[in-house]
Amino acid sequence: MTKEQIENGGEEMLIDVPDQEAFIPDGFNANYLKVYYGRLFPHADIFKWMSYGNDGKHPGCDNSYFGRREFSFTLDNDIYLRFQSFNSASELENAIKEKCPFKIDIGPVYSVDPAKRHAYAQGGDNNVFSPVERELIFDIDISDYDDVRYCCSGADVCLQCWPLMTAAIKVIDTALRDDFGFSHILWVYSGRRGVHCWVCDGKARRLTNEQRGAVADYFRVYKGNENSNKKVSLPGPVLHPFLARSYTDILREFFEEKLLSSQQIFSTEERYEKILSMIPDESVTSELRGKWQENRRSSNDINVSWWELLKHMLQSGKNKAQGLRRCVEEIVFAFTYPRLDMEVSKHMNHLLKAPFCVHPKTGRVCIPIDPQNCDEFDPTTVPTLSEVSMYMTDGFLLICVTSCSGELLQELNTGCLRADVENGMLI
Amino acid sequence: MEIVRPHRARTNHHNDAVSTLPLYRSAPSLEVRLEDFELFAMDRLRVLKGISDGLSRGKKPEEMEKLVKDLWKANMGHQDASEVVNKDIISHFVLRLVYCRTEDLRKWFLSMETALFRHRFGRERSDAQRALMAEFDLPCKPVSSAEFENLKEKLSQVARSIIGQQTPTADSIYYKVPFEEVPELVAGRRVFIHKGYAYVAMNQVVSLVVTQFRSNLSKALILTNRFSFKIFTSIMFRLSALVFLISFLYALSEVMHDFVLVLCATKCIIANANIYKLSSVVAFTYRKWTSTIREQEKDRLTPIVEALCISYLGPDYSQPKEFGEISINDLDQLAESSFPLCMRHLFVKLREDHHLKHGGRMQLGLFLKGVGLKLEDALAFWKAEFSQKVGAERFDKEYAYSIRHNYGREGKRTDYTPYSCQKIISSTPGVGDHHGCPYRHFSEENLRAAIGRMGVGSRAIEDVMDKVRNRHYQLACTLTFEAVHGSSCDAGINHPNQYFNDSQKILQAKVNAAL
Repeated sequence: MTKEQIENGGEEMLIDVPDQEAFIPDGFNANYLKVYYGRLFPHADIFKWMSYGNDGKHPGCDNSYFGRREFSFTLDNDIYLRFQSFNSASELENAIKEKCPFKIDIGPVYSVDPAKRHAYAQGGDNNVFSPVERELIFDIDISDYDDVRYCCSGADVCLQCWPLMTAAIKVIDTALRDDFGFSHILWVYSGRRGVHCWVCDGKARRLTNEQRGAVADYFRVYKGNENSNKKVSLPGPVLHPFLARSYTDILREFFEEKLLSSQQIFSTEERYEKILSMIPDESVTSELRGKWQENRRSSNDINVSWWELLKHMLQSGKNKAQGLRRCVEEIVFAFTYPRLDMEVSKHMNHLLKAPFCVHPKTGRVCIPIDPQNCDEFDPTTVPTLSEVSMYMTDGFLLICVTSCSGELLQELNTGCLRADVENGMLI
Repeated sequence: MEIVRPHRARTNHHNDAVSTLPLYRSAPSLEVRLEDFELFAMDRLRVLKGISDGLSRGKKPEEMEKLVKDLWKANMGHQDASEVVNKDIISHFVLRLVYCRTEDLRKWFLSMETALFRHRFGRERSDAQRALMAEFDLPCKPVSSAEFENLKEKLSQVARSIIGQQTPTADSIYYKVPFEEVPELVAGRRVFIHKGYAYVAMNQVVSLVVTQFRSNLSKALILTNRFSFKIFTSIMFRLSALVFLISFLYALSEVMHDFVLVLCATKCIIANANIYKLSSVVAFTYRKWTSTIREQEKDRLTPIVEALCISYLGPDYSQPKEFGEISINDLDQLAESSFPLCMRHLFVKLREDHHLKHGGRMQLGLFLKGVGLKLEDALAFWKAEFSQKVGAERFDKEYAYSIRHNYGREGKRTDYTPYSCQKIISSTPGVGDHHGCPYRHFSEENLRAAIGRMGVGSRAIEDVMDKVRNRHYQLACTLTFEAVHGSSCDAGINHPNQYFNDSQKILQAKVNAAL
């Protein structure tokens, strides 16, 4: 999305900035944050989402529900306020506008109002204050892939390595829908280097820590750190249908057609030795090294041709030894399979940044990502606070909140600032 | 709930003719001699401790099954065959009393009893298993043959992806159950899941049943701890009329749903506080082990209960006793001489990178607390390292709080205990982590190098690696200890702080000998 798109759209309303031509600072800016919270942040929609139908307007709803949700604010000078709770949309809105938090986190719904937790605490093991509902959440950080991306490291992201996130979204999203049967799923850009996933089905919200851990472990394949050699181990003659589907539908193609070239996987000795270290058979690796050297003079992209040679060697009939059976898949998985932060998903009381916040380090707005169109998402063109403040339009980020048997469906729109709330698109 | 009557040896009527595997749902009405009270419990505790050891060595399920069978046979027999089931039940309920008192104890007991149940259930015949399944309220349905046909290929794929699992045939029975009911199977990708339902093979049904068992026991443990028994016992001890007693209990049984403690022959109890034969029914109730009860029960049950609890779990090293305080300046030298490999690695990485991720901070931080590092020194130590990477200010804002939290000065003020080997071995270090047990989580190469750096000779390294290959991680650590210190360690290493203390003892002795 570009500025042109916004300018050429329907009605615009430029804010009253005294000097239009003056330099608007890019990235994060506290003054613009105030404007953002004042005019653009979707307070009412967040309230509606978090209420899950308990908005006091129809019978059978629980009036205390929203008030038992924990929010936390991180203020300007790193002051951290936990266990904030609000009883209505306006309370939430006023608190945000007044305090102007640099970061807003959302926690679980507790058994009692978090602000009153001390009144219920009895010490010892009788813990009356405990989480009762919480979305199933996932956090994927591209810095966890640093050992397999050569273009960036740490907090940097570019278009060469971002597709790793895209692949991760596809794998997890498909599994959440097809395997686990969830349907109310929101993917959000984290503002800098990753994505978050919120699964909002009632069944998901009511999962216990143990069950959340089970789901996280179901997704867990990569088990490495710098102290171990083999990071992905896929024993067994055949892959579980979930892994097989992920490989066949998403990961193999992504690896072979995009990653091999964009990351230049075989271009240096260090890089191809890394691949060879994943093959547990010395004779195979030395034979492969030989074949690669012969192939050096070929005019094709060595990344592609060397990969073909490797596959041929490992998958041909004579090498069906234990440990080599799934080696090709293991390599592909080591590079491309999603690496989740287990701790985030396993505990109900884990706080996670709210969608539509602004990332304090980059100034980018944490906008939703459509998993059906995630290939088109470009983190480098996500609107920043200053851009958003400069070109404000009526209505804002398209959030369509529809009620579906008492639950809320949060729909999403990739990076488009234009909103047409009256036409509430039903996707 | 059934009314409990004070008569002899009536066995738990949940027993089928088919199976002798009790579910421990309600307390039996049995007579127990005081000496048996303790002996039965000790025998069972040996079984549970054996299971605990087996698990921390990372034994595979088949090995665990054999271990459980052997342990049970060795400890839980009885010369009178009809008493075997009673021993089983009584020992379980006695241990419940012992292990209900704190969160940690409950967690341990729950894990071990669940593991024990799992393996015993697995060895039952399938008709016995089905009968037991019927006892639980399981939310599963057999899969219809039509659905089975549709899914056969996927189910077969799953079966083949698990080593040792049989592929389904036309006669195979599968159950369809919401995935939340079988977290273990989901976590291990051992079932096919579709649209929120898991398809569980007959031989995996164990998991379903075990989850239920665990859940029931967990609730029962909390209840066992909760209710105050003070008033009840004070009344009890004044009673002399058996009739009054029984009618009181009738009324009580309406209120309490599971167990009722019935001390029937009160005359005997009051008459002789040092009673040897407890002619009563042993059914356990909700009770809070307050000091009042401790006083009253002082001569009879308390010493047994307390001894049971402490004797097998070992000290938890939350209060460093022997060496008092250590200062920050000593840390480098202590790390070199007395830290186990896991903590040494973390310490070295911290010095190198001036940072550790959360898992590492917890593991090392609590260890240092156990070693005797005071809060103020700990804060100074971590700050000196972290501020080189993130700055002093950020340290104060983001990291100081959790160090204070570890020492019990923030939040709900729990004084956290340093991690035992079992806990460390079972942790899962991920990207960028350095915690966990190096004997388990390091590659062979890295482990050799690390032990070599500790000064272990090549012969000893081979022995260590041999233990590692057989997944005896704690034994490997013990061998390292022995190699480094030149003396034997008979007890084996179960806790990093134990390694440290033992090491310091030896070094201190050497210093004293030299003087």
